[in-house]
Amino acid sequence: MNLALEVENLSFAYGPKKALDEVSFAVPQGVCTILLGPNGAGKTTLFNLITRLFDSPTGTIRIAGFDHLRRPNQALARMGVVFQQPTLDLDLTVEQNLRYFAALHGLSRKQAGSRVGEELERFDLVPYRKSKVRALSGGYRRRVEIARALLHRPKLLLLDEPTVGLDIPSRKALVDHVHGLASEGIGVLWATHLLDEVEAGDQLIILHRGRIRAIGCVTEVIERLAVTSLSEAFQVLTKEAA
Amino acid sequence: MHALRAFWAITWRELLRFVHQRGRFVAALVRPLVWLFIFAAGFRATLGIAVTPPYQTYILYEEYITPGLTGMILLFNGMQSSLSMVYDREMGSMRVLLTAPLPRWYLLSCKLLASTFVSALQAYVFLAIAWAYGVQPPPLGYLKALPALILGGLMLGALGMLLSSFIRQLENFAGVMNFVIFPMFFLSTALYPLWRLQESSPLLATLASYNPFSQAVELIRFALYGQIHLYALLYTSVSMAAFLLLAVWGYHPARGLTAARRG
Repeated sequence: MNLALEVENLSFAYGPKKALDEVSFAVPQGVCTILLGPNGAGKTTLFNLITRLFDSPTGTIRIAGFDHLRRPNQALARMGVVFQQPTLDLDLTVEQNLRYFAALHGLSRKQAGSRVGEELERFDLVPYRKSKVRALSGGYRRRVEIARALLHRPKLLLLDEPTVGLDIPSRKALVDHVHGLASEGIGVLWATHLLDEVEAGDQLIILHRGRIRAIGCVTEVIERLAVTSLSEAFQVLTKEAA
Repeated sequence: MHALRAFWAITWRELLRFVHQRGRFVAALVRPLVWLFIFAAGFRATLGIAVTPPYQTYILYEEYITPGLTGMILLFNGMQSSLSMVYDREMGSMRVLLTAPLPRWYLLSCKLLASTFVSALQAYVFLAIAWAYGVQPPPLGYLKALPALILGGLMLGALGMLLSSFIRQLENFAGVMNFVIFPMFFLSTALYPLWRLQESSPLLATLASYNPFSQAVELIRFALYGQIHLYALLYTSVSMAAFLLLAVWGYHPARGLTAARRG
């Protein structure tokens, strides 16, 4: 199986406080991997390291086989990111936002035009092509961000708590959309603290206080802990270490 | 090719944002105009300016401060765009920029150049209004001022970027006004020539002569009158290079983003 992301022995500290401690895992292509952890577990730190907003002095990160430190541009080119905070320009149109991103990733005007069209279609955003982002609801803005993250055909899609602030139907739609993407062959890493965003076939990573507490497919994790549900498993794992 | 595309996209985005933020544009223009129309008129009699290069004759105070006020536009914009970077970094559009698969120094330089173009555009609008008001340097001077405006704008923008990479508390503009913009502006040759300052305080005159903003203003002043001020050119270029290098270092992933949040 091809790996979209490999993380090995990654540690990071803010001064004396350890935020991540020897974290290792892999995200295969074609699978939705859920990074589950309570607030303050280290999810955002992990995302900041994977997106290379800062580097870790220890451990390695490989994206689609490209080492993060040695070949940062190749690694970044194979990654699409949806950040936790909104990152669209509100006063620009949906298309302008997407084209800006496409150019940052080196797509030609023509290529960008056709990819923008494809992605807008995929996310049912065609009628909003010329709308200013400011006029869109939270759910639609998130969709635009996901469409944008896919323009350069990444091997890995990272989503950092993308459903924050969305209403229940938008949240459900987004979860379904992203699971659909994974089945098309992209490796997805989705960080969340909401258990209902996990589906049965997902790979699960439970992070708590900077350390991985469990890893495996959902049913495996539940069986291993001899509990009846994911929420019980989550409670056991995050209580144990407290 | 990729690098060039990214550069155009960054510049284009900056221009679009500029067009959409008309309020900011008007504010940036009103500030120097108030100085020109009111302050300079009020001080015309008090602050007589002797014949000093690049001027070949006695000039009105308005004429003296016009290059300084042009510099003021660059100074405010440089600081404002640095603040918007702090804001952007929080809001995330800086993150989108920094995850583009290009060297970080290149991305930051593109951003800097793009916002400098916008500043230069505003400076020209100001110079046009000043021309209508009667401050009329030789026509060719306007062309020769362009490289000076770009260099000055880059230097001040790089300084802003440097501040944004190191100082977390920069988030409110009042702090930057008090601790960066005002001292830089008043302790410079924007409003009074060095020899005037020398008369009242040699120390202040020395400080003003080392202020990179003074050198940027002198560079613009001489260029507007068709001359190259070599010392100012070198001083501004070296300051620009130093600020930019430090800013790139400040934004290096190994240092982390100063404002990076825990999670």
